Amino acid sequence: MKKLFGAMVIVLLWSACKFNNTKTLPIYGNRQAETKVVNGQTVTDTVYQTIPPFKFVNQYGDSISEKNLDGKIYVADFFFTSCPSICPVMQRNMLNVYNAFKGGGDVKILSYTIDPKYDSVPILKKYADKLGVAGNTWWFLQGKKDDTYRIAEKNYLVAVSKDSTVAGGYVHQGYFVLIDKEKRVRGSYDGTNQEQVAQLIADIKTLQTEPVTETTK
Amino acid sequence: MKLKVIACIGFFLVVLIISCQSDQEIEFKRYYSAGSLTYQIHCQNCHGVNGEGLNNLIPPLTDSVFLKTNKTVVACFIKFGLKEKITISGKSFNEKMPPNDLPPIEIANVLTYVTNSFGNKLGTINEQQVESYLSKCK
Repeated sequence: MKKLFGAMVIVLLWSACKFNNTKTLPIYGNRQAETKVVNGQTVTDTVYQTIPPFKFVNQYGDSISEKNLDGKIYVADFFFTSCPSICPVMQRNMLNVYNAFKGGGDVKILSYTIDPKYDSVPILKKYADKLGVAGNTWWFLQGKKDDTYRIAEKNYLVAVSKDSTVAGGYVHQGYFVLIDKEKRVRGSYDGTNQEQVAQLIADIKTLQTEPVTETTK
Repeated sequence: MKLKVIACIGFFLVVLIISCQSDQEIEFKRYYSAGSLTYQIHCQNCHGVNGEGLNNLIPPLTDSVFLKTNKTVVACFIKFGLKEKITISGKSFNEKMPPNDLPPIEIANVLTYVTNSFGNKLGTINEQQVESYLSKCK
């Protein structure tokens, strides 16, 4: 009898552990504490770094801002259409992400060009067509070069720069950055590595089940 | 006596053929394995681990008929890049391919690798052949 009871306790403990073990993804970037008064009580909250407002144009010539991504999970990367080095590998892997979520609607992919001078809207459209990308799941965005570089480094925490000594003329890291529904950075993955991209797909599914907190306005 | 001589000559011929073949085999393997490394460094990013290409952007390397009839120009594409439109497996491609200024031996290695992988089987393409192909580049 005692033994049975012991076994039951162990099973209960184990299942409790297992139950609490649902994965939450870390939140990246700077954070600060903010104290405010809610219902007469002073509450201190953590404010996380978020992607600030932006304005770019997609491959259809539509203007895209942060508002188009309200309540969406999205993956961002940086590329250029004439890139001979890591881009084809990245886009081949991003196609896996695209194929996993293209039917849904709450997941988007943003590929920012770091060569906006050459990558005009028609060039981006042609590129998307040839890659086999249609609809509004995956946007190829063109904007001012300074805006692109600033958002890459300050907000998506990815390094990009022009360098005439490397093939194609640009150095950039092949990261895929995962942004949650509240515009916070939740992960970054090596876009040239198939296993990491598989992890990204799994993490997006984790984010899809995460409830939206009320701390953001 | 006569029978012995014939047997000896026959044996000698057999040995000769076998050793010749294995020489060719060794040459093939040398080209192929060196080519697989060159492929990883210079070609794989775009054309893929399995030579699958990328939809309508980057052509696959699986069109055996194209490779067989275009060995010469493919060597030129590798060395000097490609700007014109080409048709592979019934699809047309017109993105630029950047030049990879490799020495003839490395082009021979990688050509041997590509034309004997991904479902292709064209045998060794050696350095001398590549030199003659390159001399005909436009």
